[in-house]
Amino acid sequence: MAPNQMKVTCPACSLLCDDIVVKLDEHQQSMKVIANGCAKSIQFFEQTVTDSKPTINGNPVDLNTAINKAAEILKLANQPLIAGLGTEVQGMRAIMHLADKTGATLDHMHSDATMRNTLVLQNSGWQTTTLTEVKNRVDLLLVIGTDIVSSLPQFFERIIWNESTLFEQDTSTREVIYLGGGKGLDTSAGNSPNGTQPSVINCENAQLPEVIATLNALINGKNLTTDKIAGINLVDLQSIADRLKCAKYSVITWASSAFKFGHSELLVQAITECVRTLNTGSFKFSTRSAGLPLTSGDGDSSVSNVATWMSGYPLRSSFKRGYPEYNPYEFTTEKLLSNNEADLLIWISSFKPVAPSPNSLANHKLPVIVIGHPNMQFEQQPDVFIPVRILGLQEKGLMFRMDSSVTLPLTQIMNSNLPSLSDVCTQIELALNNHESGK
Amino acid sequence: MKAANSMSLIKLANGKIYDPAHQVDGIVKDIFIRDGRIVNRPHNDEPITQTYDLTGKVVMAGAIDMHTHIGGGKVNIARMMLPEDHRGNEQAHTDVCGSGCGHAAPSTLTTGYRYAEMGYTAGFEPAILPINARQSHLEMGDTPIIDKGGYAMLGSDDFLLRMLTAKQDQNAINDYVAWTLHATQAIGIKVVNPGGISAFKFNQRKLDLDEHHAYYDVTPRDILKTLSRAVHELGVPHPLHVHANNLGVPGNFETTLSTMGASEGFPLHLTHIQFHSYGNEGDRKFSSAAAQISEALNNNKNISADVGQILFGQTVTASGDSMMQHLNANHANPKKSVIMDIECDAGCGVVPFKYRDQNYVNALQWAIGLEIFLLSNDPWRIFLTTDHPNGAPFTSYPHLIKLLMDKSFRDETFAKLNLDAQAMSTLSSIDREYSLYEIAIMTRAGAAKLVGLRDRGHLGADAAADITVYTDNADREKMFAKPDFVFKDGELVVKDGAVIKVTWGATHTVKPEFDRGIEKDLLQYFDKYHTIQLDNFKIGNDEIENNGRGKIIVQPCEGRREKSV
Repeated sequence: MAPNQMKVTCPACSLLCDDIVVKLDEHQQSMKVIANGCAKSIQFFEQTVTDSKPTINGNPVDLNTAINKAAEILKLANQPLIAGLGTEVQGMRAIMHLADKTGATLDHMHSDATMRNTLVLQNSGWQTTTLTEVKNRVDLLLVIGTDIVSSLPQFFERIIWNESTLFEQDTSTREVIYLGGGKGLDTSAGNSPNGTQPSVINCENAQLPEVIATLNALINGKNLTTDKIAGINLVDLQSIADRLKCAKYSVITWASSAFKFGHSELLVQAITECVRTLNTGSFKFSTRSAGLPLTSGDGDSSVSNVATWMSGYPLRSSFKRGYPEYNPYEFTTEKLLSNNEADLLIWISSFKPVAPSPNSLANHKLPVIVIGHPNMQFEQQPDVFIPVRILGLQEKGLMFRMDSSVTLPLTQIMNSNLPSLSDVCTQIELALNNHESGK
Repeated sequence: MKAANSMSLIKLANGKIYDPAHQVDGIVKDIFIRDGRIVNRPHNDEPITQTYDLTGKVVMAGAIDMHTHIGGGKVNIARMMLPEDHRGNEQAHTDVCGSGCGHAAPSTLTTGYRYAEMGYTAGFEPAILPINARQSHLEMGDTPIIDKGGYAMLGSDDFLLRMLTAKQDQNAINDYVAWTLHATQAIGIKVVNPGGISAFKFNQRKLDLDEHHAYYDVTPRDILKTLSRAVHELGVPHPLHVHANNLGVPGNFETTLSTMGASEGFPLHLTHIQFHSYGNEGDRKFSSAAAQISEALNNNKNISADVGQILFGQTVTASGDSMMQHLNANHANPKKSVIMDIECDAGCGVVPFKYRDQNYVNALQWAIGLEIFLLSNDPWRIFLTTDHPNGAPFTSYPHLIKLLMDKSFRDETFAKLNLDAQAMSTLSSIDREYSLYEIAIMTRAGAAKLVGLRDRGHLGADAAADITVYTDNADREKMFAKPDFVFKDGELVVKDGAVIKVTWGATHTVKPEFDRGIEKDLLQYFDKYHTIQLDNFKIGNDEIENNGRGKIIVQPCEGRREKSV
């Protein structure tokens, strides 16, 4: 590696590529992505970071004052909500301690999407695979309701059109089928290097439940008396079913974030049922198939895993009774704010400058503490804002990849005078102890 | 790790000591602790900081669970998928302990507290997927009080199967095995359904010991022979830890007997052997082969086993054996399962189970486990496990100890089981009752020796002061459920069965020497076929030390064998 260059992990999407070569300028102030990057990683690593200070009601203060103010507010709260949760393993460990101590409720900014998968895991389970398996094994990729690349830009070039595989497969012969996704689907990444176009069978995602139910029926060998479902010719779905049955190792992938309609966990479940049937169906043992849930990022997998091992429950969970409780339907940021159940919002976003949604705060007088990315801008100033180091850029960390099987180190590449999220949580806890002991 | 008061001298006076590593069987004597370690009787002029009068109490080293699924991907999936099993088992936080919950798959904090409260001071995660090792260590790092460590899984990983297919020599295999131990910070090597997890990805649905893998030119026997030899030649104290082929299949005892011979004399540890001791006789084509298995265990001194006892109630099975768990998913209760193919490295399967005493198969499984315990005559080679949580949660150990130590209690329990199962078991004809000394071997001295923990599991000078004190009670379940005192590295952490102080244990590893040239091949391999960098695969010491909270203990690899020609 040349001077000032290093190979680092990119937290900008949940693919978590760990071979991004970056180069620091001689003043260690700015950075360039030299190799293996994508638009998202360039945006992340080459961002200009504002020189930001802690504030109370928008007025700059020193860190201690901000910490003490945060502790004072937290002390008065009966039902704190810690939301956003854009962090990684170490940050979440610190947050779990703070939440246990203060009886807080926990919710992640992408929980809506995560819950659609978690509910299926808890109701029927599923059969899934991971990226290295897909990269070396897949011969048919069925993509449901997404183009993947809008959120995971390098998915196809790294995982599908890779040059070599362990099992002598010519990857350019891999079949790609897009099913659903609606308008604006970018299927260009699904073009094989040998020029073969992917199959695209589109419909609105809201119609996918009936389409996937049909696909399930066809995989199960049922005869249907219609010739069109949701505008899709039955023969096209029959062709998908047949190709899935003939594949050696098909992978069915979906992004639950794209299923923005009521009870869409049932759609996720129907997708996973296709996988289950393919592995155990009446045409017994003729094929292997696996699901691949695509996640949203901002530490969603990390947060979910840490919460689960430390408390027993994934999000959405709460410590308000002094012990962990799990309620995917009630412990949502939206409900807790709109029902005035929370009396304090602590918002955390340390990868991206995502502020709490102004709409969610519009009608409430509750205090707000924001701990996060130094570039964060507010329509309405929070009571306390504590900027912290950007994870993977100014602070090291550990992060779960989308498939949860792999955890990778994030590197501190640049220096920063700001504290880390973990430090801030720990210091708030200490300040709370001091309040308690009357110091 | 140091005792709170440096240079303090603690005296445990007049306890009845059970220390099989030194052939001490219930002798009354004093134990002295200085700076977290047991020391010889000091000079008379050294002041004693604190004395515990243990007159009439039973004193043993802290117990060691040599096979318990406490950390890593599949355990966390089990936690995540079973909120209904956590409810009603919540633990509110106290001034000392953090909150948590869970029964079959408890949270990490709760796991550490519960183990310590039963007098356990170490637990070993038996199935660390190398690619998932970081998560395993993170979870174990959040498991308080007890020491931990793990066995890295090989045998369905593409790299090894490729080496075997290419007939690479044993020295190269040894280097890869040693490299894996270093990279994953493990203390042993485990093989799960040798080759089978990989074969399942190629759509094979079963793999017998001498059956060929569909893709690689390899049989499970080849894998067992090569890996057991590698572990032995590297001087790793813990023998190859084997979860054999055909888990749970009626008639599988023959596979298990053949597996015992597959290492051609190299040491093997057969884990949760109860699940591999099934005959296929009788009307239901499911019978006990405990007698055959125990006889073979008694006769083959290079073989050890842990039982993997099942106990009745709700639990969850979490295994690396995706092939067999995919079949077992048909018996899931509640009806759900997670099956995964993982990174051309391994796999996993998580299936909730409810073992019922009126179910013929479950009742017989229960009896088979106990038959194996009672018919195996060398407690240094048979170990007390439930394969937590697969046979039952670890919190049921006191109950299991009572079943082993109390024939009338065992017979009473047996008499309530499914009648057909009773008719198929010889259990009530077995009179043996385990002694306290034998329990101490199985759960302390033997376990430490088997895992390779030089300074644990005994009460001799320079051992770590991991010590459990019980009140002798004819009801062994009550006795073992609630020790009077538990000392961890010399600190009193449990009093009257409740945690009074939270410490953080160490991680035990081995680091055998090897030729680092193997990394050149691995680097190319990773760059070409994997999705992460080789450097990121490796777990650094600092990750486990976690700013001083954790600690790595490297146990010696003595008797490393010369490279074979």
